[in-house]
Amino acid sequence: MIQNEPAVIVKDVSKTFKIPLDKATGVKQALVRFARRKKGYRNFKVLDDISFEIKKGEFFGIVGRNGSGKSTLLKLLAGIYVPDKGLIQVNGTLTPFIELGVGFNPELTGKENVFLNGALLGFSRKEVEAMYDEVVEFAELGEFMAEKLKNFSSGMQVRLAFSIAIRARSDVLIMDEVLAVGDADFQKKCFNVFRQLKKEGRTIILVTHDMGNVERFCDRVLIVDKGAPVSITTPSKAAAIYARLNIDDTKPSEVNTQGKEISRWGTGGIRIKDLIIKSPKKSVSPILNFEDDFKITINLTKEKGFEDKSFDVGLAFINQDNVTVAGPNSSLDPIDPSAESITFSVDKLPLQPGDYTVTVAIIDRETSEAFDFYDRATSFHVVSDKPAQGVVAIGGKWSKK
Amino acid sequence: MKLSNIFSKRNRVLLRELVSTDFKLRYQGSVLGYFWSLLKPLFMFAVLYIVFGHFLRVGETVEHFSIYLLLGIVMWSFFTEATNQGLASIINHGDLIRKINFPKYIIVISGSLSALINLGLNLVIIAVFMFINGVQLTWGALLFPIYIVELYAFALSLAFFFSAAYVKYRDVSHIWEVILQGAFYATPILYPLSLVINEAGTFIAQLLMLNPIAQIIQDSRHALITHQTTVMGDLTSNILIQAVPFVIVIVSAVFASYYFKKHSAYFSENV
Repeated sequence: MIQNEPAVIVKDVSKTFKIPLDKATGVKQALVRFARRKKGYRNFKVLDDISFEIKKGEFFGIVGRNGSGKSTLLKLLAGIYVPDKGLIQVNGTLTPFIELGVGFNPELTGKENVFLNGALLGFSRKEVEAMYDEVVEFAELGEFMAEKLKNFSSGMQVRLAFSIAIRARSDVLIMDEVLAVGDADFQKKCFNVFRQLKKEGRTIILVTHDMGNVERFCDRVLIVDKGAPVSITTPSKAAAIYARLNIDDTKPSEVNTQGKEISRWGTGGIRIKDLIIKSPKKSVSPILNFEDDFKITINLTKEKGFEDKSFDVGLAFINQDNVTVAGPNSSLDPIDPSAESITFSVDKLPLQPGDYTVTVAIIDRETSEAFDFYDRATSFHVVSDKPAQGVVAIGGKWSKK
Repeated sequence: MKLSNIFSKRNRVLLRELVSTDFKLRYQGSVLGYFWSLLKPLFMFAVLYIVFGHFLRVGETVEHFSIYLLLGIVMWSFFTEATNQGLASIINHGDLIRKINFPKYIIVISGSLSALINLGLNLVIIAVFMFINGVQLTWGALLFPIYIVELYAFALSLAFFFSAAYVKYRDVSHIWEVILQGAFYATPILYPLSLVINEAGTFIAQLLMLNPIAQIIQDSRHALITHQTTVMGDLTSNILIQAVPFVIVIVSAVFASYYFKKHSAYFSENV
């Protein structure tokens, strides 16, 4: 066996799905369509000319957002789908875990399900018998195996399924999102298994959203977006690229989904016209690198009679956990009442990587009432290729006493 | 769909698990369990014996008419069960097909195999009644397994075709249901073929016998129960006409495997 022989070769693979136009799929519809010479479907290109290779013994990650085509790619690798064009070559045997517990039947006992699932994964009855005790022990389900699966908790089912799955003796294993299951203890066990598999030199393809797991295990990562490979790179670089991808198409309103609805109120008179956050990269919402200088410009429109009203500007920076991490206010540093455009800037913004929304308020200095209170008026993102902890970076130095 | 693949170790294991799962689930939660497979033909025999033996005396001229009836009904039930299970098998296992790659024909075969096991159990009951009724076996009985093979081949062919067509067109199940209902009466199952000859003429009888199921049931009755059974040979001496049912079976087998093979690669997308 040549060491550098690739385990998986994907070459110029494209896949198009036919999406039916009308819901009903019947003979009548087919005849009508045939008579009218109309196509009953539209073509939807999911993967477009994708090529890559996975080396033997590599722990290879595939990341992509929902709808990026990564699941289709996975199913192509697993042989579930047939590519329209191109070539997929797997050297050796391959076992896919698109989902754990394929074929599990709630009416069968735990034990019967092990044999059924084992058969689907390609084990003979003897092989399943040989590994049965080990499976039960790993899943920690000793006394439950004679009970029907429908009486298992979902956690127990997953544990059982995973225990069978990791015994697949294939050269290439494909894992899809299976890490996000079970309690912390079980997860730890799973991670140990992954390390073990990696040590044994098995080729593993991991498809996930979780960059943490990618960084923990993967040697290389393929990022797919909109059906095309974005890049194949190291996990740490992938994290930054992936974060950017996630941001690019996020509409500001979507950022707010975890929090409240966007709301805006106030007495009027002075209103926010627009907000501009300076960023090195153009996108729907701005992306800053960690510790970039931050600058937000607030443009105002003033009604007649309000041109010289004194006002204050308050900002609130809210992170994705709905924590207000900072709330700068102009009341101690009064603004020229005639200003139509105000800028707030921070050198080396100390916020950790993540998604932030900004609430902007224009307050009447005399009455303390809001002219314009714009909740979550805009958003921005901080990205970094370094791991980070906490909400803010406090800097600091380490030294010997 | 190479024959060697069907019997490869992996596929054999899978086939066995699927069939045994099917059987386990069929009598899930019933007290008598597997006994139902034997009890059902027993009860059916009792009903037939009473209805046709005492009230509807259609088959008085045929000896052992209740067993004659039972055999026909059992074989017809196998045909409907195997085709119906096969028809729905791909759709019913959509969950598996979407998640793992394995030869799809195993699913269709597994559906037909559990019907075949049922047929076997039913035939055991029939054998018992034949013994009790004192049916005289002849050397012709040796032909019976050939008819079973023909029946299975025909049912499996239709199952392959319907299962693939059903993925695309959900009308298929309704169409097949209607056809089966009509075919039940167009096949000489409840009435002896001699009745048709007397009432409607030889031509209609010949027409009915072109149906492979009619040919299989009549030939089986002829082989096992009584030589009074009208078979194709009694209606025509033309060897070409006699060959039609067999040709239908072979043509449908070839067409069904072609059709299934062509579409099976896309089951995972369409199911």
